[in-house]
Amino acid sequence: MKNIIKIAFRNLYRQKRRSFLTIGIVAFGVLAVLLFSATAGSFKNFMISEITDSMLGHIQIHSKGYVGSLDNLPLDKALQVKQVKQMEKILDEIPEIESYSYRILLGGMLSNYLESTSAKFSAIIPAKETQVVPLLEDRLMEGTFLKKGEILLPELITKGFDSKIGDDIVLVATNADGSVNGQNFKIAGIMESVMGPTGKYGYIHFDDAQTLLRMNELQVSEVAIRLKDFSDVKKVYNILSQKLGEIKNPKGNDVFEIHTWESLSPFYNIAQMIDMMALFIQIILIGIVLVSIMNVMIMAVYERTKEIGSISAMGTPPSKIRWMFIFEGFFLGILGSVIGLVVSLVAIFIVNISHLTVAFGRNSIILLQPEVSMSQIGLTALIVIIVSIIAVMEPAFKASKLEPIEALRQN
Amino acid sequence: MSLISCDGISKIYKMGEVEIKALNNISLEISKSQFVSFIGPSGSGKTTMLNLFGVLDKPTLGTLKVIDTDISKLNYVERAKFRGEHLGFIFQNFNLIPVLTVYENVEYPLVMVKSLPQKERREKVLSLLDAVGMLDQKDKLINQISGGQKQRAAIARALTTDPKIVLADEPTANLDHVSAYKVMSLMKKLSKEVGTTFIFSTHDPKIVKEVDITYTLEDGILIKREVRSN
Repeated sequence: MKNIIKIAFRNLYRQKRRSFLTIGIVAFGVLAVLLFSATAGSFKNFMISEITDSMLGHIQIHSKGYVGSLDNLPLDKALQVKQVKQMEKILDEIPEIESYSYRILLGGMLSNYLESTSAKFSAIIPAKETQVVPLLEDRLMEGTFLKKGEILLPELITKGFDSKIGDDIVLVATNADGSVNGQNFKIAGIMESVMGPTGKYGYIHFDDAQTLLRMNELQVSEVAIRLKDFSDVKKVYNILSQKLGEIKNPKGNDVFEIHTWESLSPFYNIAQMIDMMALFIQIILIGIVLVSIMNVMIMAVYERTKEIGSISAMGTPPSKIRWMFIFEGFFLGILGSVIGLVVSLVAIFIVNISHLTVAFGRNSIILLQPEVSMSQIGLTALIVIIVSIIAVMEPAFKASKLEPIEALRQN
Repeated sequence: MSLISCDGISKIYKMGEVEIKALNNISLEISKSQFVSFIGPSGSGKTTMLNLFGVLDKPTLGTLKVIDTDISKLNYVERAKFRGEHLGFIFQNFNLIPVLTVYENVEYPLVMVKSLPQKERREKVLSLLDAVGMLDQKDKLINQISGGQKQRAAIARALTTDPKIVLADEPTANLDHVSAYKVMSLMKKLSKEVGTTFIFSTHDPKIVKEVDITYTLEDGILIKREVRSN
């Protein structure tokens, strides 16, 4: 086998330019796949982190049917104190959960005494909320973070609303009984909008919302959960589904509904599209490797027909002739992979030290920090090597089946 | 004892509806250690004859036994194995592997066909290169040596597996007269020294002076058998 490998290697060296060109094409394909995967992965991770860490959390719990009517923010579908206590007990028993926070979601009318506008708000407990969504404070475009009696306005409202930080403002809202109540707030800051169902909401303190909505006891529209490890989302979702699913209302129906960030954020579809594009790039790579290696090996068999005839005439078993060509294709694939991997890692390193940024949306500046996992490297190299071997099979079998007498006749 | 025994063999090629008889009802026997030539003009059937003896092809009619084996009964893989074990080949265009050195070309059949241990291979290859006068050229690539040297290397390669028969199709056709004579003398010498039967074809009657038996073919028919007395 050592000698077959030696001959195969030298056969590649015999057609230096063609072999290097093929290796170059394979390497370019590997570079394209890894660089795209690393960059797109960086973008995807950034966006997921921004969405989950600045607004959604990793998992959310609502009263059954709440998410379906989220546009109306129905206060009568809030979780009641008994249900919250039951849920708290379960959440506290799950070690994977780092923290959770309660929110009241409400719609209302804002007035600065000169003009008014409608807006939606999330009422939060700031200390708890920042544990669940640590990037929330980073969304503060100007001003200071929330305290009782203060309001954080969504940036979209401030554009056409002639109010500034420190001004007083009135928020009028309808409570669950249908009565209307108003409350004064001081504008503490302006929040940047993000992609997602509550990404354009303003913020008030949880206690203020309870007062405004005249809630006599604890009611919660939404519970946001942060996990210690993001990769445990599915696992914790399953635990919660099972444990909270056991709690039924008097009619025997589910009380809670549980959602992961994926089912709440429209970005999940974009993330899936990014994964799909990475898959297409891999399919293109497979095509490049398959066509270039098959082409070069078909040419090799055609050019070396007489040589194959003579080694076959000498009694070389067909299997050894086959292996010789398989090794040639294998070497093209492995050399292309290795060079492509090295160039990719260098390119990724250069992008990282260059601190390249990409504008996304209106204000988001994404710092490109591409990284490629060992599994991605391994998978790409494995695909290239397997496809190289597949590509060489047809020419290799053709070579091993050549009748020596016919092969020797060829000029 | 006959190494090759032909009994009424014919080889017919079909080209569309037309049948071409390359060999017609040939019967002959070739014994061990003989130095045999087939002569005749182009298209007389010399190469077809050697292809049959070399187990590269099968006769259409008749029985051909090479080393007591009816070659018509061998399949593709068995024929390759048979060639590797019993036969050596020398080609008109040398057909040495250009990416290998002279040494590696001679070693090739021992690696690919016989799988001999390295020490034995080395001894065998060096001894054969010495016998054909190519020891000092052993590390050169094929494109770095002359035509006569290539054919000497090809002779050494044909003998590495200790074949009972060496078949050479027009081995001197691409050589000048001096080189051709040297190659013929070398083959004759080795035939006697190692006891291998050499069978070659040529259309040049001048280089067949030293052969034991000359068969003359014309239009696929064996028209003459000449035995040279030593």
